[in-house]
Formats: sequence, C-alpha cells, structure tokens
Amino acid sequence: MNRIISKLQEDKKLLSIYFTAGYPNLNDTSTIIQNLERSGVDMIEIGLPFSDPLADGSTIQVSSTQALKNGMTTERLFEQLKDIRKSVSIPLIIMGYFNPILQYGVEAFCKKCSEIGIDGLIIPDLPVNVYFDQYKIIFEKYGLINVFLITPQTSNERIEFIDSISNGFIYMVSSASVTGSQSGFGSKQSNYFKRISNMQLKNPQIVGFGISNNKTFLQATQYTKGAIIGSAFIKHLTEKGVDTIDTFVKSIVK
Amino acid sequence: MVKQENTAIPIGGSEVVGGKELYNINHKGYYGEFGGAYIPEMLFPNVEELRQNYLKIMAEPDFRSEFDQLLKDYVGRPSPLYFAKLLSEKYQTKIYLKREDLNHTGAHKINNTIGQILMAKRLGKKRIIAETGAGQHGVATATVCALMGLECIVYMGEIDIARQAPNVARMKMLGATVIPALSGSRTLKDATNEAIRDWINNPIDTHYIIGSVVGPHPYPDMVARFQSVVSEEIQWQLQEKEGKLKPDYIVACVGGGSNAAGAYYHFLEDTDVKLIAVEAAGLGVHSGESAATSILGKEGIIHGSKTLLMQTNDGQIIEPYSISAGLDYPGVGPMHAHLYKTGRAEFIAVTDDQAMKAGMALCKLEGIIPAIESSHALAIFEQKKFNADDVVVVSLSGRGDKDLNTYINYFKL
Repeated sequence: MNRIISKLQEDKKLLSIYFTAGYPNLNDTSTIIQNLERSGVDMIEIGLPFSDPLADGSTIQVSSTQALKNGMTTERLFEQLKDIRKSVSIPLIIMGYFNPILQYGVEAFCKKCSEIGIDGLIIPDLPVNVYFDQYKIIFEKYGLINVFLITPQTSNERIEFIDSISNGFIYMVSSASVTGSQSGFGSKQSNYFKRISNMQLKNPQIVGFGISNNKTFLQATQYTKGAIIGSAFIKHLTEKGVDTIDTFVKSIVK
Repeated sequence: MVKQENTAIPIGGSEVVGGKELYNINHKGYYGEFGGAYIPEMLFPNVEELRQNYLKIMAEPDFRSEFDQLLKDYVGRPSPLYFAKLLSEKYQTKIYLKREDLNHTGAHKINNTIGQILMAKRLGKKRIIAETGAGQHGVATATVCALMGLECIVYMGEIDIARQAPNVARMKMLGATVIPALSGSRTLKDATNEAIRDWINNPIDTHYIIGSVVGPHPYPDMVARFQSVVSEEIQWQLQEKEGKLKPDYIVACVGGGSNAAGAYYHFLEDTDVKLIAVEAAGLGVHSGESAATSILGKEGIIHGSKTLLMQTNDGQIIEPYSISAGLDYPGVGPMHAHLYKTGRAEFIAVTDDQAMKAGMALCKLEGIIPAIESSHALAIFEQKKFNADDVVVVSLSGRGDKDLNTYINYFKL
C-alpha cells in the first residue's frame, strides 16, 4: 500500500513539513529528512526548486533561488535521495512546478520517483484537466499519488470533481494567498474548513498556507486531517540551521 | 473602403473558432500544441471567469462601440499606413509603415489596455494590476486606469525601475502605484510573477491586465483580438493606397508578440501573405546574451502558457538579454510558438547593432525616430531581399522617445 494511504488511516492529526531541497546547503537534503522523521513529523514534502515559483511568497522564493545557486538540479536531487528509503519510512512527496518535470520527461520523472520510493507529487501548476487527460495513466503506472489543491474560491462542483479523481488527500489552501503571507486564522478560515468538512469528501483534507505554530496547527486541524508547514520551517532553517529541527517540530505539536 | 460594421461577433473575428483555423486558436485554448492554462488552482476562478466571459463581452454592441470610440477619439486611430518612399527606394521594394508609434502613449500597447479596462469594468472589477518591463505597458495601463477612475498597481523589476526612470515618473503622474519586483532577476519576468502573486492574493476585486499575447488562456487570444484592430486597418488602408486587400509581407518584432499578433491577425489563415517575425539576437544568437526565443527556446511552461522559452536543461528559466527592454522576455506568445513550429512565419534574429543602425537610418531617411523594438523589424531590409513590386508592411510598433538615453549612449550623441 502507498505510504500516504496508510499514514492517512492512522488515528491522529498529521503534521507534514515542506522544505526546499538544496537549502540552506546543497547537501542538507537527507539530513533534513532524517531529522524530520526522528522529530515525529508524519509526512515530508521535498521541494524541487524552480526559478519562477508563482504560487510562493518571498520565503520560499528566496530559498529556491539560493538552492539553485547552490547547484541543485533534478538529477542531483534524485542522486541525494537514492538511498533514502534505507533510513526513512514516512511518506515522501515531491513538490515542484511543472516545467522542470516536463523537461526531465514526465514518465522518466515518475519512474525515478517510484524507484526511489517517493509516494506522491504536488505540482501546483499542472491543471486538473491536463493531468486527467494526459498524465493520470502515467502516475498510476508508477504508483504515485497526485495531490490537488483547493482554495476558498474553488466551487463545490469543482471540489467534487477533484475529490473524484484524487486518491490520497486534498491539499486545502487556507486562504487566497501565496505561501508564507498569513498570520493566524480568523472566522473566515474556520467557516471554510467547516464547510469543506461538511461536504463529506472521500479524501481527507490537509491544510496548507498560514500554519506556523501550535495555535494555527490546532485551528487548521480542528476540522481536517492535518496541516502542512512550509515557510515557517524554512525560516527556522535560515535562522537556526538543520540541527535544531526537533525544537521546531516540538513547538508545533506539543 | 468603409470599415466593417459589426455588432454581433467579438472583436477579432468569429465567436467560435470553427476548427478550420490552422494558425489561430482552437476551442480548447491552444494554438496547435501551444497555449492552454497551466495555472495554480488559486488562479483558476479568476482565469475561468475571464474565459467564460471574454468573447461574450467583446460581442456586446455597447462594448464594441465604446472600444471603437475610445480608439478613435482617445488613442487617435486609425493609425496611418505610411508609404515610406525613401526607404522603399533604398531597398528597391514597396515599404509601408503601420504607424502605431503615433498612438496616444506612443505604442500599440494602448489598444490592448483600452480593451482590457472596458472588460474589467464589465466584470465589476475595482482594482487593476499590471506588469511592465520597459514601462510602456505600465504607462498604457496607468493611462486607462486614470481615464476610468480605477486603482492601478504596476509591478516593475527593481532593475528596470532604475533603467526607465521617465516611465516610472509617467506612471506616478497618472496616479499608479509602482511596486518594485525584488525577486529573481528583478526584471520583466519577475514583475510578471509578482503581478500573478498579487492576483492570487486578490482573487475577487482585481483584474490583471497582461501586456502581451502571453499568459494563460484566454489572455493570448484576448490580447490578440484587441490588437487585431491593426491588421483590420491594414486591410482597408492598403485597399485605398494600393488597390489590394493584402500585402505580400508583414514584418513585426516579437518579444512577447503582441504587436506582431495584431499586425498578422486578419492574415493568419491567408498564406498568400508571408509573415516575418523579428526577434532580438542581443549580442548575437549564440553569444549567451540574446533574446531569440524561437531559436534558443525549448517547449515548456512560462507564466501559465505552454510555449517556447529559454531555459536550462533542467527547466529553469533563463534571463534573456536585448538592448531593447521590450524584447527581452524569455518566452514568446503561444501563437508565435505555433507560427514558428509550423513554418507559417519566418523568424529572423537581429542583433543590437543591426537594430540600432536601422533605427538611425529611419530617422535620417524618413524623419521618424522609432522605438528600438521597432528598429529590430526595420533591420530586416539589410537581411532579406524583397522584389521590387512586393508590398511589405512593417509594424512600427512604437516611438523612440522612451529610448533616447539608449540612443544617446549607443551613438555617443
């Protein structure tokens, strides 16, 4: 069974952490992954850096630019990850923009992910209909789960369609924003979380964008299966480096 | 000839593309294999709202008459189709210049911003955002926002702000807020990224006026339709002057490709009319300092569109170079990618030096100071021989006032 599916069946709220591969240093990738698992994180999103990350705020942009400067490439990331399954057993997802994946070759990329033991992909600028028409068959061939995003502006009809073609979880973007730009949730967000929860979708929802501490983690997971932290973790890496990951994780899930 | 009276179909042509079109957009939003809308889900509602409404709105009689009226009284259309006698003698062919440089704000850009501001109003939007490179599209957007009383925010790369001070001042005088794009290479592509991020953050009340035939569907088609007034005028103006409805050649420079799209539009499917797209080779196509996207680019995704773009083997977008700030875009509109791939248009690369020389030649021969973008198109005559009876229409997309500093530095004036 895909590790994402079995993780989603555990009776707990899940914490997923995003980091940009190649940041702060080129070869931090496996150390960060191992430290995150050891700290009790449930799932990891490995960011494949892109020169023009449209959906990201400044924190992730800066980390992506630095990672590329450090020399990160798709090939190098795969090289860094090739033995990762010897030491890490939680679900691993690669999150990246579509162009670098397209240049690598979508099928070649999926094949490589499957060989390494990657469980899923999040590609924010791969539209649902293009995935459905052209790539679903490839993802399924390699046992990869593709995770789709919904936002407060996504219509119910579209959410139901996205739910019907998803087979893991739905990435619920907390508000109309790029990453890293929110500070705390209000009633608007909790109404949205509640509204989606009431739709009784077949896929559980995990909330991303705007979660940075224990308080926002609890708010986000009140009506959902889990939460994703990206920018706040990158900030931690920038300020404190890779050795104190445990402190960060413990501050989120007390 | 009387201008076509039209109230039932959208600007640019038929309401539904029938499938016969080889070179224009199809009903799925693609030009051949290029185009589409590769956007994050956060942008889907905005782009979808526009996609569902743009043709409908463009077909409304009152939209059309307001658009036509503003183009006439405010922009100063039709722009002349000028027979360049001395230039024609020099190159032994018949050269006509389509004088978009005489438009209000000095370039073809305003055709599109007039159309989009009217679109934004009908969609009930209160806030306008735009990206700009050299500042021409920013000025054209700030102008129409002032005209319509809408809030205007223009994203501009920090480096371009420093290079284009007069245009920054113009935008401010027109009431716009200019926000520096501090990310990436701090030029046009990053300004576009920032505008898209703004749109993600403001999905309800904001319309994004893209300045070229780039971005997710329906932008390339919508912008091409607004710019198609250029080729529509060429048709009847040529009839008046030459007694023929079509030229043998249309020459236009291509950065993102909006002036070329406008000049080609009504001739796209008529292969009697040969299309020439001039790209900026910068210091030389293979010098590493170039913006010749068709030659150097590979298929990929940029700003929500599948097209040709300059990128590394790893799919990272490369910052292009040209002396002309309006041509240094790392991608090209999906229409042009398709015209290149199918061979419908001939793509020719012109270096900084060739363009500057051609620009200066036009000043001396015809008394017209062209924008450096347009100078690239003019440089075609040193590269390609035309027959004496060929009618060659060159899109003179903009005037050179904004480029004076570059001309001064280049020619040590």
